[in-house]
Amino acid sequence: MRTFGFNETFYLIQAVQWTLYLSVLTFLLGGLIGFGIALMRTSASYRWRTLSSIYVQIFQNTPLLMQLFLIYFGLSIIGLRLPALVAASIALTFFASAFLGEIWKGCIESIPPQQSEAADALALTPWQRLRYVILPQSIRIATPSTVGFFVQIVKDTSLTSIVGMTELMRAANLMNNATMQPMRVFVVVCAIYFVICFPLSLLSRKLEGRLHVIR
Amino acid sequence: MDYVLQFNAVFQHSDLILTGLINSVILSASAIVMGFILAIFCARIRTEGGKLSRGIVATYVELVRNTPFLAQLFLIAFGIPQFAAFCGLSFRFSPQSIAILALSLNLGAFVTEIIRAGLESIPRSQIEAAESLALTPGQIFFRIKLPPALLKVYPALSSQFILQMLGTSIVSVIAVQELTATAGTIQAETFRAFETYIVTMVIYFCLAWLFRGCFSTLARYFLRWRPRFKRPESL
Repeated sequence: MRTFGFNETFYLIQAVQWTLYLSVLTFLLGGLIGFGIALMRTSASYRWRTLSSIYVQIFQNTPLLMQLFLIYFGLSIIGLRLPALVAASIALTFFASAFLGEIWKGCIESIPPQQSEAADALALTPWQRLRYVILPQSIRIATPSTVGFFVQIVKDTSLTSIVGMTELMRAANLMNNATMQPMRVFVVVCAIYFVICFPLSLLSRKLEGRLHVIR
Repeated sequence: MDYVLQFNAVFQHSDLILTGLINSVILSASAIVMGFILAIFCARIRTEGGKLSRGIVATYVELVRNTPFLAQLFLIAFGIPQFAAFCGLSFRFSPQSIAILALSLNLGAFVTEIIRAGLESIPRSQIEAAESLALTPGQIFFRIKLPPALLKVYPALSSQFILQMLGTSIVSVIAVQELTATAGTIQAETFRAFETYIVTMVIYFCLAWLFRGCFSTLARYFLRWRPRFKRPESL
């Protein structure tokens, strides 16, 4: 039987790249859609608000694991045979966009209404108002919680191992099956995740502290 | 695409779904209760304890918050038997109790941070007033600091609990027969994966709203701020 040694640790570290690809891909795509959701959530139109609210409620009130399963099987019903990376990032993107949309909605709403009234008074178009008045202020407020949510995404990519995506967690399971030394394997895995996530958490906290000092 | 959705196949197994649902609720409820109690004590240590105990709690919180729950679950599920064997003991926990342990430890760390934020927002003058009335530190914590702190962080607390309830779906990987695991069984038997998971998702959705309702009722009942004496109208 193999023992858990240097080669095995290296194998795990190699698998980290897939965790990172998946996290970054999810964050970018989820951020893109999430931005749209945030705009819809704060729009003046009742229809857009309701529609986006339903979207957010669906993805916030069901387990991510269920969403992953559903999208895997849903895609195969439509007849799409996508690589695991794509399918996993589609599922994670939906999830991330709902949460990011909700976070950013809060940030946009925290800008005092006088600001947009002032922009209106200066005859800025709605897009200009958003681009030059609302967003620059809300991005500063949004940064800490967005970094915090990125930590959440990195952790949640581990769930894609259950549906067959070979990232860090699944590599760990394979190693565990090969070496039968779960204690070592999973301690190393936890350590790797910690090394990725902890600096980000610290960054998020630091940004948050800075925000409060300015205010 | 000529796929016809057939939900009948799923509903024929409604007894299985019900068992899974009950197990999920039991898991979530026990994890929430234990995690909450753990978090209250951790938050007390984190805000009032000595340097060493504060450090231990902080380490626990950071370790749990920065690693995925799945890794923690595997570490506990596979690690405990190995550790027991290493110590020369032979005992086995049921998957259910391992799941509750892992869920409570996980939730405890998140809730500790939330409660701590609430505790730190309590004005210093409140505590000084309590001290000048000769209340013991325990009384000050549980009667003066904790209720308004919980009231203040109640929204965050409630959504963390609901996230944890949704997170119970993950423990299906260590063969706990909760809702997600039974959904897996049903889809394997009926080959109706899509329908099964849609039904399960709807159940989780309803469960999340039910939990939210329960928490707001409980909060209204327990966290009501009731001053014993009415303040005079005009001073």
